[in-house]
Amino acid sequence: MTGRTVEEAIEAALRALGARRDEVEIEVLEEGSKGFLGLLGSRQARVRVSLLENPERAIKGFLEKVLSAMALEAGVEVRRREDYFLVSFYGRDLGLLIGRRGETLNALQYLTNLAVSRMIGERVRIVLDAEGYRKRREQALVRLARRLSERVKRTGNKVVLEPMTPQERRIIHTALQNDSQVVTYSEGEEPNRKVVICLRKG
Amino acid sequence: MKELVETLAKALVDNPDQVSVTQIEGEKSVILELRVAPSDMGKVIGKQGRIARAIRTVVKAAAAREGKRVVVEII
Repeated sequence: MTGRTVEEAIEAALRALGARRDEVEIEVLEEGSKGFLGLLGSRQARVRVSLLENPERAIKGFLEKVLSAMALEAGVEVRRREDYFLVSFYGRDLGLLIGRRGETLNALQYLTNLAVSRMIGERVRIVLDAEGYRKRREQALVRLARRLSERVKRTGNKVVLEPMTPQERRIIHTALQNDSQVVTYSEGEEPNRKVVICLRKG
Repeated sequence: MKELVETLAKALVDNPDQVSVTQIEGEKSVILELRVAPSDMGKVIGKQGRIARAIRTVVKAAAAREGKRVVVEII
């Protein structure tokens, strides 16, 4: 991009890209010069302005491509949280995107984490959600944990839950960590790692 | 379906230009053969096949609407 001054060239480039200054990398190729009395040898300033791949844009771009390849008409909204990015899908046919027990949503979440971390060259944590699924699942897991802990206390036998993702297991552990009568731990290898609830000894 | 496998694979590998997918149509099922550069095999398979499994899960969901069974093979 060229301009009478470096500043003007940058402004023009930002307008053309529709980007803010903190979203780009700027390289000055040539400082402009006014020349002699503004007549002789005046040179235009030349700058190269390249868009930095920011995580929000990379996430949105990747998921929009995937959704269109799945022939799903869903929108993607990305919000930055403290230490992760929360993606919410909106539209119809979202049940398909969630899958049985969140199977599809979790698979796509895993692939999105890998793809976007590659694209921007650093590890990012991305959580996908649709129709409040994560919240509903969390509430269901907390209820399950409480119900099973009661059974463990009543019978004295340990209970082994079905395989869950690390996030889901954490919800179970957290739900019971303040229970003085039971302890929880995980056993087995991913993706078949399961939470075990048993009586606290002593 | 082919486009979906391509999109996912290209985003995961070092050599996206060497990603190719062949679609073989059967009566009730579709076979998608995914080829990547030899050095990128690990990037689409993952430890204990975790990445390949995730790709299959997403493709299966998309295929369910068309009422077809889809098999993704990595060659």
